[in-house]
Amino acid sequence: MLNGAQIVLECLGREKVECIFGYPGGVTLPLYDAMYDSPIRHVLVRHEQNACFAAEGWARATGRVGVCCATSGPGATNLVTGLVDAMMDSIPIVAITGQVSTRLIGSDAFQEADTFGITRSCTKHNFLVKTLADLPRAIHEAFHIAATGRPGPVLVDIPKDVFQAQGRYAPVSSIHLPGYKVFTEGHAGQIRRAAQMIWEARRPLVYAGGGIISADASEELRALVEQVDAPAVCTLMALGALSGSHPNFVSMPGMHGSYAANMGMSESDLLIALGTRFDDRVTGKLSGFAPHAKVIHVDIDPAEIGKNRAADLPIVGDVKRVLRKLNQALVDSAELKPLNETARAAWRERVAGWKREHPLEPEFSSSEIKPQHLVHEIDRISAGEAIVASDVGQHQMWAAQLIRFNRPRLWINSGGLGSMGFGLPAAIGAQMARPDALVFALVGDGGFQMSIPELATIANERLPVKIIVMNNGHLGMVRQWQTLFYHNRLSQVTLDGFPDPEKLAGAYGFRGRTVETPGELRRVLRECVEEPGPYLLNVRVTPFENVYPMVPAGAAITEMVLASPQPVEVA
Amino acid sequence: MLQLISLLMENKPGALMRVTGLLTARGYNIESLTVARTLDPELSRMSIVVEIEPHQRAQLIKQMNKLINVLQAMDLTEAPAVQRELALVRVRVSRENRTVILKEAEIFGARPVDSSLEGFALEVTGDPEKIDEFIAVMGAYGEIEVTRSGLVAVSLEAKKPRLSPPVMKEEGVAQSA
Repeated sequence: MLNGAQIVLECLGREKVECIFGYPGGVTLPLYDAMYDSPIRHVLVRHEQNACFAAEGWARATGRVGVCCATSGPGATNLVTGLVDAMMDSIPIVAITGQVSTRLIGSDAFQEADTFGITRSCTKHNFLVKTLADLPRAIHEAFHIAATGRPGPVLVDIPKDVFQAQGRYAPVSSIHLPGYKVFTEGHAGQIRRAAQMIWEARRPLVYAGGGIISADASEELRALVEQVDAPAVCTLMALGALSGSHPNFVSMPGMHGSYAANMGMSESDLLIALGTRFDDRVTGKLSGFAPHAKVIHVDIDPAEIGKNRAADLPIVGDVKRVLRKLNQALVDSAELKPLNETARAAWRERVAGWKREHPLEPEFSSSEIKPQHLVHEIDRISAGEAIVASDVGQHQMWAAQLIRFNRPRLWINSGGLGSMGFGLPAAIGAQMARPDALVFALVGDGGFQMSIPELATIANERLPVKIIVMNNGHLGMVRQWQTLFYHNRLSQVTLDGFPDPEKLAGAYGFRGRTVETPGELRRVLRECVEEPGPYLLNVRVTPFENVYPMVPAGAAITEMVLASPQPVEVA
Repeated sequence: MLQLISLLMENKPGALMRVTGLLTARGYNIESLTVARTLDPELSRMSIVVEIEPHQRAQLIKQMNKLINVLQAMDLTEAPAVQRELALVRVRVSRENRTVILKEAEIFGARPVDSSLEGFALEVTGDPEKIDEFIAVMGAYGEIEVTRSGLVAVSLEAKKPRLSPPVMKEEGVAQSA
């Protein structure tokens, strides 16, 4: 006989879970008691929100389901931000929460919260398990739902008496969810038509999104790009889907995208949109977005087709399978290739020209460390192979612009939700998943101060995470908007009182320091990377630098501001 | 505009919340909602009337179809469908008006389900316009109280829901003791 808690761990074992990020509490006592004897590793974070972010970091670095665990009430409510984050970025995680005993549910019991109700809108699906008999099926279904189709977070809420009930584990041999519709294959006729449209296009542009990474379709993407020899943009969620050093790669489009990417979108006559959702940060003003382009839209989620931009040719399916078939269809119809090859060659040259005219380039100063200089040095030392878990804000945008990623699952960031405090715990998850990898937590001084408690987790688990604080003494992105759109009336964006990094890291038993002179940066960064353990590197950068290019909110993406406007002369 | 949606869904706790949550999250007001078990007691049929911008109709149906508890969501707004509503109307009438009320009720095909010295309780079914008219007529005779069921609808096109078959689980290697 097993109790419910042991059955939970049995299920997790069968789902090949290696690591749980969690924080115990009253109603999860039986689960933590069972964990005492379990081979599954548990990482004790210092706040439940970070358990969820770390599980996301694990999932984003591996492609497998990340698992986090929290107690009832405040434990569960603290997961909410991470669940929404995973929902927005389609990251597969399973959250296990404790609930008060079934007889107490609804009585305002101690640490009771309506977790099932609260998390309805921030999960792909959720379960409230009221009997032991339902428990194994709920957990296995949760993993199935999280990992298949469009991935996402699933929560399983388990009352204490269900953890304690005695029973047997009956293996679950099949999952039957009649209403769970997953379309994977893609319509064969549509795929053939897509091939024809591609060969008929004169200015095709591949617009790759995070779905390429979710679907593990990087190879297929590269094959498509090379076969058509089309320029390709990768969204913030897709950096690394096509290697950053691939000749056809045209960096990120959108609000802080490159000139070439945005002009490419705007002048293209065929967008090949793959696993992407025409997010407002990519499209800018929708009515002005890619006005000349027909759209082929491949997505596994039918609700994404036509949500923001009508598709001329929709294909609902798993982008990996669809691309395999599309690549074959392109081979089969190769006699059409010469049709517009001259036009496409001219188009490639135009895009290359935009890249040359307005490249994304680091900036340097002899007196202070420019933020772009810092990300350039990170790019240099990682050479496209390091994991960079970023927080949210200006540093995230500069990193997305300037750090190259040779492969998928190296760039880890909170895209859709933009959750500050994400970077450090996500780096913990990624480093747990890939203990031998070089993992940077690239964070701003704002987001870092939201996640300082996790320095203890890093120290306890002896994770060699390289924490790089891009410290401009401000909430830089909010400051930038106040400067540009609110007459530079800087309201509540100055972050004075940043702790001494040497003392702070020292308090947790590892090394830390500040660097503020440009000449020292490379050497100190090398020292940080060569340190066998964790390292906190506080980099003082130019306090008032703005991220460019920038498309003002609500403008078309051709209306890019490319550089700081000259100071306005006072009349 | 008013959109009429018919849903076939699993009869499970929380299923209703998932559907209404999609609507409330978008700030849509539900005009009416009815739900009850089908012949298969594990399934429910729901009819919803919701005020919505016309261009959002298709997106809403897709979002509903994404819900794991929903087997099929159909937009019946312009589809061939029978739509009916039931209303229970309690009307207080003076003694001299009692026969007149019953005559009026007969015209609408309404029937008395309770009778007392104060008046009647009447049951009427029909399309919403007919119910509106009936209520207006009854209101002219005295004080009334009305409970409407909300619209129930049945599609006249046989569209079998596409159900997903069971998925065999790979036999995982148990790692725990």
